[in-house]
Amino acid sequence: MIPFTYARAGDEEDAVRLAGTAGSTYLGGGTNLVDLLRRTVERPSALVDVTGLSSSIEDSGGGLMIGAAARNTAVAEHRLVRTRYPVLSRAILAGASGQIRNMATVGGNLLQRTRCPYFYDVAGYRCNKRNPGEGCDAVGGPHRGHAILGASPACIAVHPSDMCVALAALDADVHLRGAGGSRLVPLTGLHRLPGTHPEIETVLAPGELITGVQLPAPVTGERSAYRKVRDRASYAFALVSVAALLGVQDGVVTSARLALGGVAPKPWRAYTAERSLIGGPATATAFRAAAEAELAAATPLRDNGFKVELAVRTITAVLDGLVREERA
Amino acid sequence: MSDAHDAKLVEEGAALARRPGRTTTPVPAVPENWAGVAHADPLSRGHRGYVGTPLARLDGPVKVRGRAPFAAEYGYDDLAYAALAYSTIPKGRMTGLDTAAAEASPGVVLVLTHRNAPRLNPQPGYDMSLRDPGIGFERLPVMQDDRVHWNGQPIALVLAETQEQADHAASLIHATYAAEPAVTSFAAALAAGTRPLEIFGRRIRVELGDAEQALAASAVSVDETYRTPPHHHNTIEPHAVTVAWHGDELRVHDSTQGVLHTAWTLGQILGIDPARIRVTSPFVGGGFGVKVLWQHHVLAAVASRTAGRPVRLALSREGVFRMTGGRPPAEQRVAVGADEDGRIRAIVHTGAYATTRHSPWPEPLSMASQNHYASDAFVLDTSMAYADLVQNCSMRTPGSTIGFFALESAVDELAGKLGMDPIELRLRNETATNPIGGKPFSSRHAAEAWRAGAERFGWSRRSPVPGSVRDGEWLAGMGCAMVSHHYQRRPGGAARIRLTADGRARAEVAAHEMGMGTATVQSQILADRLGLDIDRVSVGYGDSAMPGRFLAVGSSQSAGIGGALLAATRNLMDELLKLVRDGSPLAGLTLAEVGAVNGGLAALDDPSRHESYESVLARAGRAELVVEGSGEPPAEMANVSMFSFGAIFCEVRVSSVTGETRVSRILGSIDCGRVLNPRTAASQFRGGIVMGLGAALTEETVFDDRNGRIVNASLGDYHVPAHLDVPPIDLIWTDIPDPYAPAGARGIGELSSTGVAPAVANAIHNATGRRIRDLPITPEKLL
Repeated sequence: MIPFTYARAGDEEDAVRLAGTAGSTYLGGGTNLVDLLRRTVERPSALVDVTGLSSSIEDSGGGLMIGAAARNTAVAEHRLVRTRYPVLSRAILAGASGQIRNMATVGGNLLQRTRCPYFYDVAGYRCNKRNPGEGCDAVGGPHRGHAILGASPACIAVHPSDMCVALAALDADVHLRGAGGSRLVPLTGLHRLPGTHPEIETVLAPGELITGVQLPAPVTGERSAYRKVRDRASYAFALVSVAALLGVQDGVVTSARLALGGVAPKPWRAYTAERSLIGGPATATAFRAAAEAELAAATPLRDNGFKVELAVRTITAVLDGLVREERA
Repeated sequence: MSDAHDAKLVEEGAALARRPGRTTTPVPAVPENWAGVAHADPLSRGHRGYVGTPLARLDGPVKVRGRAPFAAEYGYDDLAYAALAYSTIPKGRMTGLDTAAAEASPGVVLVLTHRNAPRLNPQPGYDMSLRDPGIGFERLPVMQDDRVHWNGQPIALVLAETQEQADHAASLIHATYAAEPAVTSFAAALAAGTRPLEIFGRRIRVELGDAEQALAASAVSVDETYRTPPHHHNTIEPHAVTVAWHGDELRVHDSTQGVLHTAWTLGQILGIDPARIRVTSPFVGGGFGVKVLWQHHVLAAVASRTAGRPVRLALSREGVFRMTGGRPPAEQRVAVGADEDGRIRAIVHTGAYATTRHSPWPEPLSMASQNHYASDAFVLDTSMAYADLVQNCSMRTPGSTIGFFALESAVDELAGKLGMDPIELRLRNETATNPIGGKPFSSRHAAEAWRAGAERFGWSRRSPVPGSVRDGEWLAGMGCAMVSHHYQRRPGGAARIRLTADGRARAEVAAHEMGMGTATVQSQILADRLGLDIDRVSVGYGDSAMPGRFLAVGSSQSAGIGGALLAATRNLMDELLKLVRDGSPLAGLTLAEVGAVNGGLAALDDPSRHESYESVLARAGRAELVVEGSGEPPAEMANVSMFSFGAIFCEVRVSSVTGETRVSRILGSIDCGRVLNPRTAASQFRGGIVMGLGAALTEETVFDDRNGRIVNASLGDYHVPAHLDVPPIDLIWTDIPDPYAPAGARGIGELSSTGVAPAVANAIHNATGRRIRDLPITPEKLL
């Protein structure tokens, strides 16, 4: 077996110190990392268990501060989350299974890795995430579930999280702590697109720890929704998912925040669509035009072209649903 | 089934437990030469007893408590754990196989490869002549040379002190290959040409009249192509064996659908007398056709003998995908022609599927169309295309699950063209005799099942206009399809009954419990045949040392055990009468004059002449009486055509935005002869329907066509239905005993999965106007 050490961090400082050696990895709920260890995709020399760090969920100036060790279930069920950020609660509940959500942490959810089957089949296939530079076998294989936005010839894997899609739409910030101190990065800036280095998935420095997620106060008058399209009714990753927050006054879109899951290597904030929406009419035609504008950049492959139309339709329907809800 | 129905069953079960419940009138022995004689079995003649009651499964408590031992749970001192390494190319030779790192890995006991494996005989495969009890599908040599035949073939076995050590060491094995050109896609296999399928050495082609001519002459016709992907069974319990040699005797704890067959087949391969191999399998966590002999049996036995230690080999879920196959991909043409009034004049059903060149295994697609609609003309045929893929095998209702998808979709399409209700179309083509061969059906109440199902489901509320029922973005529709499966009693059934002085009876049969309730139902039958309370009988099974040659396949086991048990009970009654002494109320009575009742035998014409089993044995000074009985050759299938029938009704909602389909309710209306136990039968029907839903909407084994490797080899990626995908399942049955079947029951295991996929596809058409002829019906097909 591949030996590794295990240590449980007592506090953030302790965690960062323990993870100071090369080959260290933080362990949250283990719902993804343990699978990766078993498949030998990940081969860390040290595991630093950070589940004992902050898991608090607290008001923070009208916004919310969520400790990175908070379990997904605890976040989804929290009163402040359900009242202020229902889109986050719905996104979390759309993911995985009850058992997995009970174990998975917020920090771990942000850093979970793609479920691209080529990434997991160590014996059978090449993967640039596993072995940088060796090539990507997913590009020429069955890739119905793979990315249509933000991918590169080196990697077409999608980010699997539902929670992150809602966080991206909510303008969440991520608190980081490293040996050199603390910093804050926007959730939308946490993950990197693959480019020629798909093995580098985030902007985290080696040993840097996610300590919490900060949500700004909700925008008054915005309605929100999360919709996940998938092959079966539960326990399946998104073909396309949409997190949307929409403000409308007198038939005109006053604010729009939109993010997509299942289509890109990172939680995909749909800035192009947002620009198209804001100030425009709150009509299905305008919504579809905005969605099409966002998806104009799509680069579908042989098997996943349907995701383009599916994303356009789902965005349009979600926004339209929010307007109808408003009227009702 | 509805909650109310469930509650009713629970209530009935409780009531049953409170009363003796047993037979109150003497049940005579089934006479010899019963097979083929209508109503020869008293249990098929409106008999009331335990049979037909919803007895709770006898193995329920032990399973709920987690105390039911499965194959990978048997412990031995000194047990060693095995793991397998698999090939990563589809075809060629291994030019190198580096095992040094694995051998040096901590805890490793043995690394077995073709270089050090002992010489073995070839796998005999499954003997389609039924002469030899072979049970494997694949006939390749097991780890005997450097050849690779498919992507995922076991190339090395590692034995270690712990499972983790074995798994790790197996990951260190590295092979290099000289690859050879391989056929790794169904399309390439079809392009290379097909060969006619033969079963029992004969082509299955059926021709009656000139079907193509009749089709062309039909007033209305459909002629379409239907495509279905490969599937894997995904039993909840992955394949596993724990094996131990005791000198020259091999003990195998298995998860199998054929204990005796596994012992025999292993004996052939290992070159030892099968009588020296004992295979037991008390619990099987799902079979569906795939719990047969695969290479892991052989490798575990060989590794155990080589290492001199007991061995456990439990396949990982990935391992199950890599080295055991499932339902093959298929492409079918179904054409149906009819008069304007819906009378079917021609059926053409032809198709091809992929199998291996070394071990072609039948998937008889066209047999779905063989026994139902009263057409004048038929052409039915199936052909094979060879591919270098994992061996295909039988999967719940071979041929028919996907064959019925094609046939019953086409019939629905025909109804649409005729402007006729699809149930009315089917009723107009009902037949009392098998359209092929003309034999009368033993008992066919398909029309009653259709009518009762339509009534209960509310079919009259279906809009005949596709795409006309909308609820917001959701389009709603109803669909239906026929289900059917043939009755089968396989030869070789036998049973032993041990009656003891305390008035208890235990039957033993080398049969199988895969979750369907075998022991429960057979205990009910045994109690009724012997006039005993249910708690005074037991049924032993799952042991190759027990009598009978049973396979839990083809919905044949209940009939097989039934035929054996009725012979053994007759022999038991006969032997008991020989023990009767003067002074007994039974003195002077012959077998034909007695029946079993109230824990003993009684005169049929005067039940007050009764003596208990305890008394008979006590008077004779016997501690026990042991008899055996063998099932007669299955002559009942000779002169009548024996099939179960039914109809599946379902309602779907399809999102007009995303193409997602949700099945909102489903009903099975079943005509399967007598329902021996409504509770276990309902469970089996539900399971079949859920599997059918998977085939309809979510399931596909995804092969990488470039190298024949399975891409979604996990339960995360291979989508069996999740709980939220399964709607309330309602079930009703005609419960009309089949006069020719033991206890009047025709067998149900395969039946319910056959018509589900077409019922769903037909409902989707009704909801959306879109006809999908390509499974699974995933969202993008409905965008």
